[in-house]
Amino acid sequence: MIQGLTIIFLFLFLGDSITYLTKIPIPGNVIGMILLTISLKIEIIKLNSVKPAADILVKNMAFLFVPPGVGIMIYFDLIKTEFIPIFLSYIFSTLAVLYAVGKFQQTLDGEKNERAD
Amino acid sequence: MKELISSPIFAITITFMVFYFSTMLYNKFKFILLNPVLLSITSLIAILKLINLDYQTYFSGAKIISFFLGPSVVALGVPLYLQFEEIKKRGVSIIISIVVGSLVGIFSAALTAKLLGASKTVVASIAPKSVTTPIAMGIAEKIGGIPSLTAAIVIATGVLGAVIGPAFLKITGIKNKVAIGLAIGSASHGIGTARAFEEGELEGASSSLAICLNGIATAIFTPIIFYIIYNIL
Repeated sequence: MIQGLTIIFLFLFLGDSITYLTKIPIPGNVIGMILLTISLKIEIIKLNSVKPAADILVKNMAFLFVPPGVGIMIYFDLIKTEFIPIFLSYIFSTLAVLYAVGKFQQTLDGEKNERAD
Repeated sequence: MKELISSPIFAITITFMVFYFSTMLYNKFKFILLNPVLLSITSLIAILKLINLDYQTYFSGAKIISFFLGPSVVALGVPLYLQFEEIKKRGVSIIISIVVGSLVGIFSAALTAKLLGASKTVVASIAPKSVTTPIAMGIAEKIGGIPSLTAAIVIATGVLGAVIGPAFLKITGIKNKVAIGLAIGSASHGIGTARAFEEGELEGASSSLAICLNGIATAIFTPIIFYIIYNIL
């Protein structure tokens, strides 16, 4: 557990350092995720050493979004003044992305999936 | 009394309690509108209003919880590695699907908002709404939006994708596991990804990959599309 968290925080710090030094507009945690995947792939990091800690974090990720989510209450007034355009475009666009990505991927990948099932 | 409820311990305890009960309710009824994140956010807003505690005080304690978002995004590297072979087989189709999704997401959000009469600032704040919070805030700032409004819309988008995503994809006949994961991750970043893992490991890993690729694509395309909408169309 401690070993796993050590590795995860190390990769987070590494990702943040890269973002800070190169000024690329990608957050350090996303870069850390890519680097962790690569390190597991080329076997610098062993799966067993990081999996227990990673499982706990991934499984409970939804909970971590609750405090910032409550923050929407500060914007009630701003959202109220342009409620209709914000609300409709938010619903329409979310459905459009779900459909477009799902449909494209399924069409391009159709055969493979049927075999996998 | 005021001192007690202003303490980080109170903020953390109430967040844990509300999420615990929300999860119990959801597991009992399995009703999509009882999504634990949605239910917890609305309940906590109601509680804070009721006890007259302002968000800043609440968040100064509760941010200790969301601090773990950083490491948990890094941890997504593990399922991504475990599903690596499955994903690799579909490399080209995945990139095409996500680029299409990114373009659809920015265009549909920005254009709909503009046509319905939103101000330019709000359009700029809503355009990058499908990607993970730090990327979205960075994009919004670059094109003249309000980053903190973007953060609020991004979270709301995540909740929407987690609540309706799986059911919507089922209705529209999308059954391919990778397609389900990519769609949910592209539409609703981390909150959707947490929900995608309930569908299965491959769905979750695909969703993690979508957070990453869609984030990059959206960072590149949003300024271009925003320019097209305001200067060419």
